[in-house]
Amino acid sequence: MYGYIARRLLSTIPVMGVVAIVVFSLLRLTTGDPAAIIAGDSATSQDVADIRTKLGLDRPIVQQFAIWIASVLRGDLGESFFFKKKVTALIAERIEPTLALATCTIILAVSLAVPLGVLAAWRRGTWIDRTVMGFSVLGFSVPVFVIGYALIYVFAIYLSWLPVQGYQRLRDGFAGFIERLILPSITLAVILMALIARITRASVLEVLNADHVRTARAKGLNELAVLGRHALRNAAVPIVTVIGIAVALLIGGVVVTESVYAIPGLGRLTVDAVLARDYPTVQAVILLFSAVYVVINLLVDLTYTLLDPRIRY
Amino acid sequence: MKLTRALTVAGALTLAGVLALAPDAALAQTTLRVVMHSDLKILDPIWTTAYIVRNHGYMIYDTLFAMDAKGDIHPQMVDKHEVSADKLTYTMSLRDGLLWHDGQPVTAEDCVASIKRWAAKDSMGQKMVAFVKEFQVVNPKSFKIVLKEPTGLVLPALGKPSSNVPFMMPKRVAETDPNTQISDTIGSGPFIFKKDEWKPGDKVVYVRNPNYKPRAGAPSWMAGGKVVKVDRVEWRAIPDHQTAINALLAGEIDYIEAPPHDLLPVLKKDPNVRLVRLNQLGGQYTFRFNTLHKPFDNAKVRQAVWYAFNQEDFLKAVVGDPQYYTLCKAMFVCGTPLESTKGMEGLLESNFEKSKALLREAGYDGTPIVLLHSTDLVVLANLAPVAKNLLEKGGFKVDMQSMDWQTLVARRAKKDPPDKGGWHAFLTSWTAADILTPVMAGFFNAGCDKAMFGWPCDKEIESLRDQYARETNPAKLKAIAEALQVRVTQYPTHIHLGQWYVPQAVRKNVTGMIEAPVTVFWNVEKKGN
Repeated sequence: MYGYIARRLLSTIPVMGVVAIVVFSLLRLTTGDPAAIIAGDSATSQDVADIRTKLGLDRPIVQQFAIWIASVLRGDLGESFFFKKKVTALIAERIEPTLALATCTIILAVSLAVPLGVLAAWRRGTWIDRTVMGFSVLGFSVPVFVIGYALIYVFAIYLSWLPVQGYQRLRDGFAGFIERLILPSITLAVILMALIARITRASVLEVLNADHVRTARAKGLNELAVLGRHALRNAAVPIVTVIGIAVALLIGGVVVTESVYAIPGLGRLTVDAVLARDYPTVQAVILLFSAVYVVINLLVDLTYTLLDPRIRY
Repeated sequence: MKLTRALTVAGALTLAGVLALAPDAALAQTTLRVVMHSDLKILDPIWTTAYIVRNHGYMIYDTLFAMDAKGDIHPQMVDKHEVSADKLTYTMSLRDGLLWHDGQPVTAEDCVASIKRWAAKDSMGQKMVAFVKEFQVVNPKSFKIVLKEPTGLVLPALGKPSSNVPFMMPKRVAETDPNTQISDTIGSGPFIFKKDEWKPGDKVVYVRNPNYKPRAGAPSWMAGGKVVKVDRVEWRAIPDHQTAINALLAGEIDYIEAPPHDLLPVLKKDPNVRLVRLNQLGGQYTFRFNTLHKPFDNAKVRQAVWYAFNQEDFLKAVVGDPQYYTLCKAMFVCGTPLESTKGMEGLLESNFEKSKALLREAGYDGTPIVLLHSTDLVVLANLAPVAKNLLEKGGFKVDMQSMDWQTLVARRAKKDPPDKGGWHAFLTSWTAADILTPVMAGFFNAGCDKAMFGWPCDKEIESLRDQYARETNPAKLKAIAEALQVRVTQYPTHIHLGQWYVPQAVRKNVTGMIEAPVTVFWNVEKKGN
């Protein structure tokens, strides 16, 4: 097992290398010039050229890449062109809102979608099944920002129950912290719930027809025990897999959700950095997201061994 | 017993909850929450001309002179100033009690260093220092500017209201290379920047400067008494317009600097919100030529555009509501001392036949005009399609290329031929306060390589701008500006497409906003919090 984890961790190095090359190249291929953006509208060509030199953007691309990758290997992700701050410091400032939002969303999505999926499978073909699947289709179809604006209108503007926007750090008070996370988490959870509920339903349905479930029922176990202990446990591998995929979806979703709710997290940082062509920040954030995704996949793979003793690495 | 314990626990939890929800004592102060037009990422208002950084500058720095609503220049940090009889020496004395935010006194040396750094970056500053023989520090509170020859530029340059504004900084900061960003935010202005609370992408915080001594007199534009009436101003970064408006309607913020025109009806319906037009001069839409490449290297081809365009089509397409735009043929802005329509007879009236005739005369061969179209800024997005339509009606072929504004900003700096990544024309908007005179207005610079992107090259225009810089008589200044306007109809550098305004959206409990071309927060009061 430990050998497997070590091998998997080692295999992330070439993956991250490829990500680094792709991100760096894509940013340089994208039109736009950070120096011109920084200089402002009234700047002359000479002003722009001076700034480009200061930022090192006048050097050959290969040289720029070599400098960047060398500093990344030393643990230095560079300095933001705009904020004049270390990118690691920027990420540290922005990571709490994104982590909080992602955690709330995952907890909300899993705690609601898994029971709903099991319920739909258990009551297959009934109105419960159709309602859950209908909701699932809706969750997939409606864009995140539409859900966000609709929730804001109803719960923040019309009913005045919750704030429209913003984020409060946990250390500044739990009530304000959670109050500001409710709407963004629901917004982001809808699509994840749709995905997880569908897969849970399909997976549990398959297991419900298996021999061991029939045996459990024949032994006289109540339905809750049959579903929880025998059906769901054996259906868990695809569900855990899809939760891993959901985390990847979440990374895309926070970008939109943080913009709609004005949450100063990594998603907003990414958007701002892309629009401003802040190369060091975009490169660092995408590297970070890629690393998170690789680690989540590893954790998902390791979870399989806990859920199914037949799986060994 | 169990019931008592349960009640005690419930009581403790309730108390904890109430305490958690209770406002912090520090928040009892008056805090103005504002959504500005952009997020503040850079702190140096000399290093960049970005308007948000200029606005930040007005919060924490002060200026030696300032312009009032009539366009007159008044002393601000300066107490008294004298001009010698030969008009070659300006002596300036600072007001008593001027202090930097760290408690140190503002000195003449600080001011001289600040002027030098600003003049190295600002085009009007460069023009002004070209006349300067030397700066002399007389004593800690006064200094002299000695000129090589007389110019009327000294006070207008030092009192210029928009980017780059000559803000005064401590000498140790002002001695920073003009091409290197400063990170020190010590100023002597009415607010203090809270660097520890600055979270780019989230909020910028300013608090009242308790040591600031405002001038006597009422505020007028950037001049007069800067009396701060709120304890704290927070600029909140809410990039999504709809969210910002929802936050204003819900009372989570107090003020939006630039709500988009299409959402104004939503704000008008809310009784707790009012729309105020603070920048009476507004902005001016502008079509900029690249004069380097065929066919716009031919002045006659560019003249045809004067005839093809009309201002109303542009303004209707972008702004819509006539309440928020003005047709204005004066290049130096309507409502200003240099307002004039001289040379504009018959122009900007969409006379397509005249446009086509000029193109025939010029031998236009149908080379497509590469027109850059920025799609992501609401206030600009509809301009290029209107320009394309009018140009085509006027006999041009047009290749409109869509892109985001930041891409356009990078592309307009390129001198390459249009078919190799360059360009022929694009549209933008100027804050009117930036284009009030021939020296201020960057698009009138026709100094070839020294000119802004578009690089027009015309000795007559440059000669008129030089004459303007040397002249001190107001009547003659206006005559020169008019001559320049006429010359630009013959050698077009750019075409102005009308004035437009953005009302600002304010909660009704906020009053005292100052009418000015720059959003400022002195004199603003807020009832409640």
